[in-house]
Amino acid sequence: MKGRALGIYAGMAIAFLHAPLAILVAFSFNSGRFTVWQGFSLHWYRAAMLDPQLSEGLINSVVIALFASVISTVIGTMAAYGIWRRSAPVLSGTLYLSLVTPEIVTGVSLLALFEWAFRFLHLQLGLYTVVIAHVAFSIAYVTIVISARLRGYDRTLEEAAMDLGASQWRAFSRVTLPAIAPAIAAAGLLALVVSFDDYVITSLVAGVDSETLPMVIYAMARRGVSPVVNAVSALIVVAFGAIVLISQRLQAR
Amino acid sequence: MDPMQPVLELRRIVRDYPGHRAVDHVSLALEPGEFYSLLGPSGCGKTTTLRIVGGFERPDAGDVLLAGAIVNELKPWQRDVSTVFQNYALFPHLSALGNVEFGLRERGVPGRRDRALRALDLVRLADKRDRRPAQLSGGEKQRVALARSLVLEPKLLLLDEPLAALDPALRKQMRAELKAMQRKTGITFLFVTHDQEEALSMSDKVAVMNRGAIEQFGTPEEVYLRPATRFVAGFLGAINWFGQAGVRPESTRLAREKPEGLPCRRAAVESSLFLGNCVHVNAALDDGGRAIAEIPREQNHFREGEIVWMHWDPAAELRFE
Repeated sequence: MKGRALGIYAGMAIAFLHAPLAILVAFSFNSGRFTVWQGFSLHWYRAAMLDPQLSEGLINSVVIALFASVISTVIGTMAAYGIWRRSAPVLSGTLYLSLVTPEIVTGVSLLALFEWAFRFLHLQLGLYTVVIAHVAFSIAYVTIVISARLRGYDRTLEEAAMDLGASQWRAFSRVTLPAIAPAIAAAGLLALVVSFDDYVITSLVAGVDSETLPMVIYAMARRGVSPVVNAVSALIVVAFGAIVLISQRLQAR
Repeated sequence: MDPMQPVLELRRIVRDYPGHRAVDHVSLALEPGEFYSLLGPSGCGKTTTLRIVGGFERPDAGDVLLAGAIVNELKPWQRDVSTVFQNYALFPHLSALGNVEFGLRERGVPGRRDRALRALDLVRLADKRDRRPAQLSGGEKQRVALARSLVLEPKLLLLDEPLAALDPALRKQMRAELKAMQRKTGITFLFVTHDQEEALSMSDKVAVMNRGAIEQFGTPEEVYLRPATRFVAGFLGAINWFGQAGVRPESTRLAREKPEGLPCRRAAVESSLFLGNCVHVNAALDDGGRAIAEIPREQNHFREGEIVWMHWDPAAELRFE
């Protein structure tokens, strides 16, 4: 009796969590334009593929996400390693601060920084400012994921490597790096996802020629519900689901 | 090289930690080809001393000399010593063979596969060369760690409580193996332990440490039979204090009648512990102290509560200023 009640409760909770997504995916296959089922069709997927704005947004998003995740993974790994080597409570504290800072505040502050810098450099907002902004907020995620891995890592392994003749750098690259590689990969994928996902900060610091996919979708959605948006969103859900699964597998290693 | 040149020489080493002095003017000279132990209770500074020799910590004062050269400034990877760590510190992503080859590769030694295989053979693990550390037992990990250090043929091998993580039966077996390995390779071993039985059974010479300082440096017989300080006497085995005289339990005898012409104390038997090959009789002295007599099993005809005389040969007395 108790088991069944719990099962029903769990089912309702899952439905509540995922009903919006299920409806979105379902209507992405609807042949009609409105939220009335009119038959199965891949029409909206075709329309999405052929939309020049959407493809430009996708390319921008992918380029930004790749650059931002690689750069933030390198910096975040070094930060986590440094914090692990010599405990740095202030630095680790600011990491969490940067996680809890509202995105709008981060976005506005980055915009202010760029505007200030542009007084000295003759530059303007563009793709690269989005990359810099994404690196800035992804570092915290990367550092926290890798720090968690290093917490369980045995310090004497590096000492043993040095004892056997490896310099400090060789000890890191030949012993520590292989040990934390799965965490680094997972952190990189996480950075990829948060970069691709971001709307608020991106919309503030993007140049006119650097609209990302979320920005394009947002603009389309505001003009009225288009099933094209459903189709694109469904594709994003599938792609991200796969990335998150891979990332979890890596972290469990 | 002068054959009698010390492999390692420590000259008045000091190492300060916030709030206390971990190593307090330690001087020590180790000759080639011998088995040495650094024995002391936890926190006595023995591991810190070992880490200073390995290059993982810097002394605040004093000099470390390896084969006559001051190495204070040299990094661990520049020193011709190797360490077997307490938890073995095997690289989890490498096989047993990969672990043994690691140092050879880093030091650019030619013919490393053959050397590594020979080292694994030496510790009888040739058939497990492809296993990862996680697939090896405690004793096997221990032997891989040993092979990984020995393959580099260091002048000096440092061992930081390497037997502490093993179960008692295996620990005793590894004592004999370590000693045999030392004799076979001729490498000087410096073995850190808090276990006096380990130190006494394996070493050519033992340095007994207490509160950051070496209290006595001598052969096992010397430190056990002629301890230089009360601390050494007490740390290297049980001891009964009869006033100023210390007497080992195995030198303490029991009698019902007061013995003539021998130093003795009146005591009441509290309990006797059967230890297989002998019996430990615990007794309460009249002056309030306690003492233990180790007597042969067949002589244990004393009952609890019985009044006895504990006596000893004056030659067995240990006296300290």
